[in-house]
Amino acid sequence: MHTKRIIPCLDVKDGRVVKGVNFINLRDAGDPAEVAAAYDREGADEVVFLDITASADARSTQLAWVREVASKVFIPFTVGGGIRSVEDFRVLLREGADKISINSAAIMNPQLITDAARKFGSQCVVVAIDAKRRRSKDVNRKRVMETMGTMGSVGSIDMDARAYGTMDASCSEVGTEISPGECAEEDGWTVYKNGGRIDVGLDAVEWAKEAERLGAGEILLTSMDGDGTKAGYDLELTRAVSSAVSIPVIASGGAGREEHFYEALTEGGAEAALAASLFHYKELEIRQVKRYLRDLGVAVRL
Amino acid sequence: MLAIIDYDAGNMKSVEKALQALGEEVCVTREPEKILSASGVILPGVGAFGDAMEKLRSYGLVEVIRETVRRRIPFLGICLGLQLLFESSEESPGAEGLGILKGHILRIPEGEGRKVPHIGWNSLTFPYPGRLFEGIEEQSYVYFVHSYYLKAADPEIVKAVTEYGVQIHASVEWENVFACQFHPEKSSQVGLKILQNFIQVTGKVG
Repeated sequence: MHTKRIIPCLDVKDGRVVKGVNFINLRDAGDPAEVAAAYDREGADEVVFLDITASADARSTQLAWVREVASKVFIPFTVGGGIRSVEDFRVLLREGADKISINSAAIMNPQLITDAARKFGSQCVVVAIDAKRRRSKDVNRKRVMETMGTMGSVGSIDMDARAYGTMDASCSEVGTEISPGECAEEDGWTVYKNGGRIDVGLDAVEWAKEAERLGAGEILLTSMDGDGTKAGYDLELTRAVSSAVSIPVIASGGAGREEHFYEALTEGGAEAALAASLFHYKELEIRQVKRYLRDLGVAVRL
Repeated sequence: MLAIIDYDAGNMKSVEKALQALGEEVCVTREPEKILSASGVILPGVGAFGDAMEKLRSYGLVEVIRETVRRRIPFLGICLGLQLLFESSEESPGAEGLGILKGHILRIPEGEGRKVPHIGWNSLTFPYPGRLFEGIEEQSYVYFVHSYYLKAADPEIVKAVTEYGVQIHASVEWENVFACQFHPEKSSQVGLKILQNFIQVTGKVG
């Protein structure tokens, strides 16, 4: 029986595992390979590493720990963070990573999704989407819409690869005064890039569909509103995206209790649920979550 | 010494590391002499069927693989490496597979709540006893990542199956040719046991 997956996520900085709360506070916590091997023993179905190292010479450090993980961990692992080119994909896959997650790079250059998928297969191209809820009630919205003219509704965004570049440029020109997320017609979720710092004015559901069309094999969907809150995954967001695409969706952001996993994997329609600090600080054990799910009739590997 | 066939197919490192973790000496190579003198040969692979066949052909590996099989050197195809052993694939219409085994590779049909690619852990059942699965319990979970699946012509070579809307022929064994659609190198303890069983076969032959 095909099972739903439980995935611990590890933030890595300068080759060491750290923990990000709402993308900012960091605490050193250990060796990536050791931590991942421990998760394998505890029943994790795979592991996601997000490399948040900012420095330019990060690549060689990254290759070293990826190689180390590959020699000690025999469940699939994904590497994300700072991957910008097909060549980046190639070297990481060659060192033993199973999947590569791209976020800002996919927004800036959607063609990368297609190029990587053609070269290495869709199965290794994970498009990570950081999404934040937007409300249509915004007082300034109408004015914004008028001012911004062609940038209007998300529905009218030209999904041509070049259009993203244009979109991105025009949004940053608009600056902080008008958030491009407010361009959107209706309630929904807006995509952010650069670790959740920059609103790119794309609708999350539309972007997920586009990522699938371009060749993505999986969507790693993070609710920025939920991230770090432990109040549960954004089920509406998860449902909206998972029903809009036919590729698997990994729910992320907000897990705090066992039932949150259950909700994401049933109501939310996610194929997998990801959590970081919860597992990292052993507030919940993976096996405990899986037993809970099994008892409620969700197929899991135990 | 085990040989992993190098044809730029990605994920070779994972297979190599898993075999090394089991204490095996491994070389990643496309040299015919090295392949044919190995105690066991592994054909990994991710990517598209047609491209992979193209690569095997351009490196002159098609004949080497046939010779490996002819000499009964234990051979293990993994993922795309399983698919390539068969005749054709819906993924690359017109492309001819190795055709060492009879059968075709079909697209997994999408269905209600069923995503394609089939990514994740799925359980195995064993219609016939297979040497790769000695000591492994039925319903053990292994890791799959694929959009196309095998329908082998001869049911007797099918040693493990899984269900994903359709019945997927997850592993085959014919003479000394073995293949798995799933990734033993990514299937935790169960997967390592399967690789260990393959190593066992290479020990007996070599």
